[in-house]
Amino acid sequence: MNRFAQLLDRLAFEHARNGKLRILTDYFRHTDDPDRGYALAAMTGGLIFQHAKAGLIRTLIAERTDQTLFEMSYDYVGDLSETVALLWPARPAQSAFIGDNSPPPPTLSEIVETLRDTPKAVLPQALAGLLDQLDETGRWALLKLITGGLRIGVSARLAKTALALMGELEPDAIEEIWPGLAPPYLDLFAWIEGRADKPVVSDPAPFRAAMLAHALEETNLASLDPEDFVAEWKWDGIRVQAVAGYDDEGVVVGRLYSRTGEDISGAFPDVLEAICARNFGAAAIDGELLIVREGRVESFGALQQRLNRKKVDAKLIAEYPAHVRAYDLLSEDGQDLRALPFAERRMRLTRFLETRTPSRFDLSPLVPFSNWEALAQARRDPASAGGDAGAIEGVMLKRVDSLYVPGRPTGPWWKWKRDPFTLDAVLMYAQRGHGKRSSFYSDYTFGVWREGVQGDELVPVGKAYFGFTDADLKLLDKWVRDHTTNRFGPVREVEANRKIGLVLEVAFEGVQRSTRHKSGVAMRFPRVSRIRWDKPARDADRIEAVEALIGERKAGV
Amino acid sequence: MSDGSRSSPHLLTPTSAGLYCAAGDFYIDPLRAVPRALITHAHSDHARRGHGAVLATRETLAIMALRYGEAFCAARQIVGYGQAVRLGDVDVSFHPAGHVLGSAQVLVANRRQRIVASGDYKRAADPTCALFEPVACDVFISEATFGLPVFRHPDARREVDKLIASCAMFPDRAHLVGAYSLGKAQRMMALIRQAGWERPIYIHGALEKITDYYAAEGADFGEIRKVAAAERSKLAGEIILCPPSSLQDVWSRKFPDPVAAFASGWMRVRARARQRGVELPLVISDHADWDDLCATIRESQCAQVWITHGEAEALVHWASTIGLDARPLHLMGYGDEEEVTDEAQT
Ligand SMILES: [Zn+2]
Ligand SMILES: [Zn+2]
Repeated sequence: MNRFAQLLDRLAFEHARNGKLRILTDYFRHTDDPDRGYALAAMTGGLIFQHAKAGLIRTLIAERTDQTLFEMSYDYVGDLSETVALLWPARPAQSAFIGDNSPPPPTLSEIVETLRDTPKAVLPQALAGLLDQLDETGRWALLKLITGGLRIGVSARLAKTALALMGELEPDAIEEIWPGLAPPYLDLFAWIEGRADKPVVSDPAPFRAAMLAHALEETNLASLDPEDFVAEWKWDGIRVQAVAGYDDEGVVVGRLYSRTGEDISGAFPDVLEAICARNFGAAAIDGELLIVREGRVESFGALQQRLNRKKVDAKLIAEYPAHVRAYDLLSEDGQDLRALPFAERRMRLTRFLETRTPSRFDLSPLVPFSNWEALAQARRDPASAGGDAGAIEGVMLKRVDSLYVPGRPTGPWWKWKRDPFTLDAVLMYAQRGHGKRSSFYSDYTFGVWREGVQGDELVPVGKAYFGFTDADLKLLDKWVRDHTTNRFGPVREVEANRKIGLVLEVAFEGVQRSTRHKSGVAMRFPRVSRIRWDKPARDADRIEAVEALIGERKAGV
Repeated sequence: MSDGSRSSPHLLTPTSAGLYCAAGDFYIDPLRAVPRALITHAHSDHARRGHGAVLATRETLAIMALRYGEAFCAARQIVGYGQAVRLGDVDVSFHPAGHVLGSAQVLVANRRQRIVASGDYKRAADPTCALFEPVACDVFISEATFGLPVFRHPDARREVDKLIASCAMFPDRAHLVGAYSLGKAQRMMALIRQAGWERPIYIHGALEKITDYYAAEGADFGEIRKVAAAERSKLAGEIILCPPSSLQDVWSRKFPDPVAAFASGWMRVRARARQRGVELPLVISDHADWDDLCATIRESQCAQVWITHGEAEALVHWASTIGLDARPLHLMGYGDEEEVTDEAQT
């Protein structure tokens, strides 16, 4: 456990993706089975056991420490698990000499097994016993694990990428068999290390690694022949895969996966019901998950009401009905269609939806065009597609002969996003970055003008920390240091008034109402697209301009 | 103590200028210039310039002269560990505090009372200075920099192992280690050598003078190289020690993809480490941790404990639960060299 804890500790402080990957592969290489498998499960959300409540942990520490000292410590540290990990009375110093008879600290596997097999009634004693045997970092990791508070900045995808690196495989190769594997993943590690064949997956409803598109630059168009392509709308939802199949006993198994293979069925029982219905059969559909009310696609904001929920109730489902707009058919009646050309898959998809009429599924329509100019026109004005323009992010170009290839091959598919919105905003606060950027003020909070009680005032509307070059960053950093008016820890407030202030052109994908932001609006993917050294702060945009964008989208819906 | 004393029943009295001894007419670690000062150690918040006569260990006086110039006081007197000096009506003697080279606890005694001003101290092993020696007393005056039970310093050698392991894992990145220029930096050098690191250790210019002094006093740090400005980009895989404030300085930018490490007791608390943008926290301190503060107070057999600076509240609470008369002195002006900007740079 202490090794796993050190891994988590190191990951928590490492900001760079490559650094994290190196730390992970190093751990997987130098840790034995089954410990590394359980570690992998912990990082990919696959460890399931009785979770302890904060109350239990408070009780345990209250039995062991002075209440006043605990309060003072908790107040100082600010995190319950960490406070308890540090405060927990240490075992009497162990002698490092020969003849030391104390048991070695428990391994991660021993801990996972103990927690899994312990009845709830004796969990407090079992937990205390484990804490007694661990060091500070080990206790911290265990408490985070058991309270479900393990946040270390490693996604399931990153952990799988590290495994792939270790075995010189593509991450998608692991993704593909992942749903059929279980902790502690002995067969997976054996395959990665070349000691065994690829695990045979008998999952009746497996995930198939998604095919992705490259972003189109307009200069690419000259080399592309419109005859070779069809176009579809790029819907602003989340990309999903709906899969159904039959297990050995003929029972239907259905799943809704995210683009990265995460099973999100639990949050969408309405869609799952449609997948498991008789008429769906054994099939795999690639499509976009959207909220559709009375035939109209709602904005991404509506879909967010349904995302990242473990449980949903009937009211939420009724209010935000989920729907899949189908792009592709990957398998039908157990037959893998991915090696067929797109045109043929599309034909079969159309027939599938027409004959089987699964509820909550419909066909993503094609956008007719005869030349690139016509398509560019449709992209500029998606309203020509009907009433759902507010949920369209651009167009997708797919070669009619394209096979369904996992990953992001160059050539067969292109995404041509609508141009981002832009706004001229005034820099208000700057925060120090992380890692490589820790000596730079690289996270910028910006605002726009609004009418205040004493004339115009700036209201913050967003935060951006990318979009600029390294050369820009140096200039921005210097400007921040030269114009600081106030400091709060790692944050500096800078001069921002009608006379002095730095205008940033901010690009973003959309804007929606938000009660959590002071300005009442929240932007999607804001980034600094240009520094307007030339523009006086007083000429920056006003909040009304931002609100107008929300209006525009509404009108489209 | 002579009953002629006008104020305190104790040999030492807390005043705004620091601890004062009326019977001997001197201050210990005074916060402003005074006619006669006893200095526990050379950290700048304890050892200020401009006093009349200064009594301290040879090392402390030498480091003060290095930092402030030879004219840092009017007259100086060297005292060896354990050597008694008569000042007015009292006897004073200096005893190893284990904090940095030359650091001492000051025992002030007469026939009726023994009082120890311990300055800053630690109990953990440190190859660069003499080990702390417990001194029995009636009143023990302690710091409380890490006076909360969450501060338990692990074995410093295991922390240095983490640094070495990181160098192996990231041979393409420079490892910048923030360490206070007097004491911590040199202890790090010794620990890094103990861990078997044989490559040169690079240092920021601000560490040079004190490191040279330690070496002249017999410390063996192996090959130490001052970082040349032009060389920074070539130091991938190397260990570079610098003052903590340099970690986020423009200076750090030229190193190849630097890993920011920081050796300090504060690194025990994750939020503190994150706040400073540290990527590799090393929990290594030259102050006593909670367990050692408590153990030292008990060991002194004192009936009264006074807390000079740091997290006094928790320690006072603990001391009263074991029946000691405990009081916070609220002396303002003693900093915390593990956290503050390193004055050696300026
Ligand atoms: Zn000190
Ligand atoms: Zn101090």
